[in-house]
Amino acid sequence: MFLNQFLFLAAALFCIGIYGVLARRNGVLVLMSIELILNSVNINLVAFGAYHGHIAGQVFALFVIAVAAAEVGVGLAIVLLIYRNRRSIDVAEANLLKG
Amino acid sequence: MNALASIAGGVMAQGQPLTEGGEWIANVFFYVMAAVAIAAALKLVTTANVVHAALYLLVVLSAVAGTYIVLGAEFAAVTQILVYLGAIMVLLLFGVMLTRAKLGADEDLDHPQRWIGALVAIAMAAVMGYSTWEAFGDEKLVDHAPQNTQQVADEIFSTYIVPFEALSVLLLAALIGAVVVARRD
Repeated sequence: MFLNQFLFLAAALFCIGIYGVLARRNGVLVLMSIELILNSVNINLVAFGAYHGHIAGQVFALFVIAVAAAEVGVGLAIVLLIYRNRRSIDVAEANLLKG
Repeated sequence: MNALASIAGGVMAQGQPLTEGGEWIANVFFYVMAAVAIAAALKLVTTANVVHAALYLLVVLSAVAGTYIVLGAEFAAVTQILVYLGAIMVLLLFGVMLTRAKLGADEDLDHPQRWIGALVAIAMAAVMGYSTWEAFGDEKLVDHAPQNTQQVADEIFSTYIVPFEALSVLLLAALIGAVVVARRD
């Protein structure tokens, strides 16, 4: 097996996630696309861990999973707050900072 | 090299190269997982239904867990299923429910100027594809034993004990932060 097959899969998922973050207007869907990006990073970490025969890749993938859980918790809290204040989670409408 | 292939390719001593058949089966398993992951990810970013998007995310996450198994990272695969499919998916579905997402198709989910996003994604794919190809052309994954849970635990609780403790403080901070932000008062 080639190392590159894993790296290409991760790159594809990463780019699809980037598209999702940029193209979606629903806040929850943006969070889902961010999960996609974090997962592609994890594939890279585990693949390089296997490539070098070192356990650190898997350990850091586990750390990323834990950080992703924290990120989703805080992110959803913010989305809920936006919904409560604006009655909409359209990220294109969250433009109060624009002068 | 990995758990699945060592089962599939016949019994092998740890650290010995995969047999031809084992390698072939691992490859087939990987390509099936990769195809499923990419197809579901594309549906995830294009579907007009929020709940369907959550279910496609479930498929992507399971397929990624499958690729961890091909790589011999059993603990990461199991954690992926427990944390992502178990906890994060429920959290996201709660988000869908609490924000009163429209049931059924909703045409307003996409930004009108999404072609810019597509442009950025394609440019990114070109750069990343080219650079990984340049850097790791046809490097083979060396065959070695699966990285089992005991090794992971030994490493976390010796070399990486400080990041691990920092992570537990981060989780606590995120928990308190989420409660404070979302509290109704």
